[in-house]
Amino acid sequence: MAHAVDSAHADHHDHLPGFWRRWFYSTNHKDIGTLYLIFGFMAGIIGGILSIAMRLELQEPGLQFFANPQTFNVFVTGHGLIMVFFMVMPTLIGGFGNWFIPLMIGAPDMAFPRMNNISFWLLVAAFALMLCSLFVEGAPGSLGFGGGWTVYPPLSTTGHPGPALDFGILALHLAGASSILGAINFITTILNMRAPGMTLHKMPLFAWAMLVTAFLLLISLPVLAGAITMLLTDRNFGTTFFEPSGGGDPILYQHLFWFFGHPEVYIMILPAFGIVSHIISTFSKKPIFGYLGMAYAMVAIGVVGFVVWAHHMYTVGLSLQTQAYFVFATMVIAVPTGIKIFSWIATMWGGSIRFTAAMQWAIGFVFLFTVGGVTGVVLANAPVDRYMHDTYYVVAHFHYVLSLGAVFVIFAGIYYWFPKITGYIMPEWIGKVHFWIAFIGANVLFFPMHFLGLSGMPRRYADYPDAFAGWNLVSSIGSYIFGAGILFFMFGVVYALVRKEKAGDNPWGEGATTLEWTLSSPPPFHQFETLPRIVDTGH
Amino acid sequence: MRIENARRSVTALSTAAVALVLGISEAWAAAGRPSPWEMGMQEMVTELGQSASDFHTYLVWLIAAICLLVLALLLVIIARFNERKNPVPSRTTHNTLLEVAWTIVPVLILVAVAIPSFRLLRQQLVPPQADVVIKATGYSWYWGYEYPEDQGGFKFDSNMVTDEAALKPDQPRLLGADNAMVVPVGKVVRVQVTSADVIHAFAVPSFFIKVDAVPGRLNETWFKAEKEGVYYGQCSELCGNGHPYMPIEVRVVSEQQYAAWLAEAKQRYASTEDTTPVKFANAQ
Repeated sequence: MAHAVDSAHADHHDHLPGFWRRWFYSTNHKDIGTLYLIFGFMAGIIGGILSIAMRLELQEPGLQFFANPQTFNVFVTGHGLIMVFFMVMPTLIGGFGNWFIPLMIGAPDMAFPRMNNISFWLLVAAFALMLCSLFVEGAPGSLGFGGGWTVYPPLSTTGHPGPALDFGILALHLAGASSILGAINFITTILNMRAPGMTLHKMPLFAWAMLVTAFLLLISLPVLAGAITMLLTDRNFGTTFFEPSGGGDPILYQHLFWFFGHPEVYIMILPAFGIVSHIISTFSKKPIFGYLGMAYAMVAIGVVGFVVWAHHMYTVGLSLQTQAYFVFATMVIAVPTGIKIFSWIATMWGGSIRFTAAMQWAIGFVFLFTVGGVTGVVLANAPVDRYMHDTYYVVAHFHYVLSLGAVFVIFAGIYYWFPKITGYIMPEWIGKVHFWIAFIGANVLFFPMHFLGLSGMPRRYADYPDAFAGWNLVSSIGSYIFGAGILFFMFGVVYALVRKEKAGDNPWGEGATTLEWTLSSPPPFHQFETLPRIVDTGH
Repeated sequence: MRIENARRSVTALSTAAVALVLGISEAWAAAGRPSPWEMGMQEMVTELGQSASDFHTYLVWLIAAICLLVLALLLVIIARFNERKNPVPSRTTHNTLLEVAWTIVPVLILVAVAIPSFRLLRQQLVPPQADVVIKATGYSWYWGYEYPEDQGGFKFDSNMVTDEAALKPDQPRLLGADNAMVVPVGKVVRVQVTSADVIHAFAVPSFFIKVDAVPGRLNETWFKAEKEGVYYGQCSELCGNGHPYMPIEVRVVSEQQYAAWLAEAKQRYASTEDTTPVKFANAQ
């Protein structure tokens, strides 16, 4: 890869604004990144508590904790929406993206610092609306919206006459606007503000990942905004876009939703791909294997990701030809994904690997993402998906790629960049103990869900036939283990911040070649006042 | 029963292999319903379901092999390429042959998956001539079944048995319905599925069928059950508070029993409501 020949530390004229100005009117990409990380973590705690409540309920057959399945469904819906829009996206894109894109490409800040600020605060407003939605009437006589994160009509129109979903729709509008502004900011920054000498083909892979992600956001989110606006007018103003009695069609909504929804899953995992590449390269002390293949595999995943959406809809009554096309297109995605997996392995092959906490999380990710990826190939086949659709097999699949994929990388990224962000060392044993708790917990939690799905257990069930009790109990135990890991992580962060062991500029040694490691830890308030020049070291 | 023993032993072997890995003994599946600690699909009672289930078994072997390959490579890396064993890292960043190989080989594997997949898809979605047509309508939260004129022309509702004491001995909790859908064994049954309110989904795992009940649309699916018995399914599209409480119970009976049931049902359900005989365009 490339490294800097001269980078100005230039921290001699840092004028830190006061607390209020610094954190509320912030235009500094690092401060906004920190705000996003804190926000994402807090949302993750709320989303996590909802999921623990779900696992408590499902621990044994019958209803124990919830008065009725509707309330359970509200928790399911809240868990999904919060984890997708308010935990994974803010942390990976808003948090790590804001923090490290300018640092990695040698830019002083994001292209539009004030727009960066509004992106963050729109998300806070969106989250407030989302939480309000939980406490107003949805379905008659109960609070909150319980129609799933996909918000399918007619359950989301005639099924929930109360205002809960109106709050939810407006929350998604604001979150979407926030993401679109963020995407514009990232695209502009990456295309225009790279340090002299850093061509696109020398750009770090995380920057590639964020560039592709930003384009996916920019193209897919307006479609979601359109779909939920139609839903809003169907609900409140008498239109019938999705109402058959007025000439509409509920399936239209599903097409629109998944045209957004499928790229959305790549929006959540592509930044993770970028981060993992850096961690693996750093600790193997080797440049990334097949850099161009890695970059263009992400581009390919992004492009093909837009033409596979109806594999979420194999049971809605699509024609033979349509289903055959979507089977074919979906399986194509396995090829660039395979290239990424094997390139990570090849990067490690021949390396001199230091198994730091971040590296353990990254290796764990490579294996678990493979498991989640191959069950995706199974589900891509419409004739098999016929059986698995809307069962726990699907829940297992997407948690392997998101909870054990994206979330593992979030933790890998935190352990990797903690010294850079805070300036303090996080003791290695904390990240390692946390990794093993999470690895065991997440597998005990999600692997049995494959069996439940194959055995026929449908998703979004508050109560289930007694035959499913065994694996559900195992799964619930796994969720408590994973939850304990989160508590341990919180302890670890506090411990490291109290301990205040200073981290050097580059605690990871020769393998860490990207520009952020040339700066102090934490970096100066304004960095690269003299732009670094990139020389080609050949890859 | 048409299910071949060889096929079953392959399935059993694969599930046993998984069970072995986890150190848990195999629980044998009972037809038509989930069984405790089950790790594979329910037992299939249609020929097409059996081929789909076999195709899934083939996929399980394939994906298990891929996962084991990745795991093995990672273990070799951990053992050989750590700081102590290999203090000087290589600088290799390219190997064209390798990169071409790991692009081409997955493509070939996917072709090997796609060919049987497309064949199966065609069989599922191009139904043979139906012997019996039944219309299933999803309501919040129960199913309604209509038998057209050639079967007697009646309709009835099928609600979950909520009182556990009222469950018949062979009816599991949350799966048993008061009035089951009854079909003859060995006949092609086409089910036309729609909904009267929100989206539901009609699914019976042991027939390998699932299709959404969408208001304003008439979807269809089909099966030919090879074995008499009771087969259960559950609503498979989130539909609100009663989503877990609208099971599908299908009783597959001999042709004589079916004829007797039709005669009885015609009397029983005709007297309950204004049953206007229903007729479907493609019923014979």
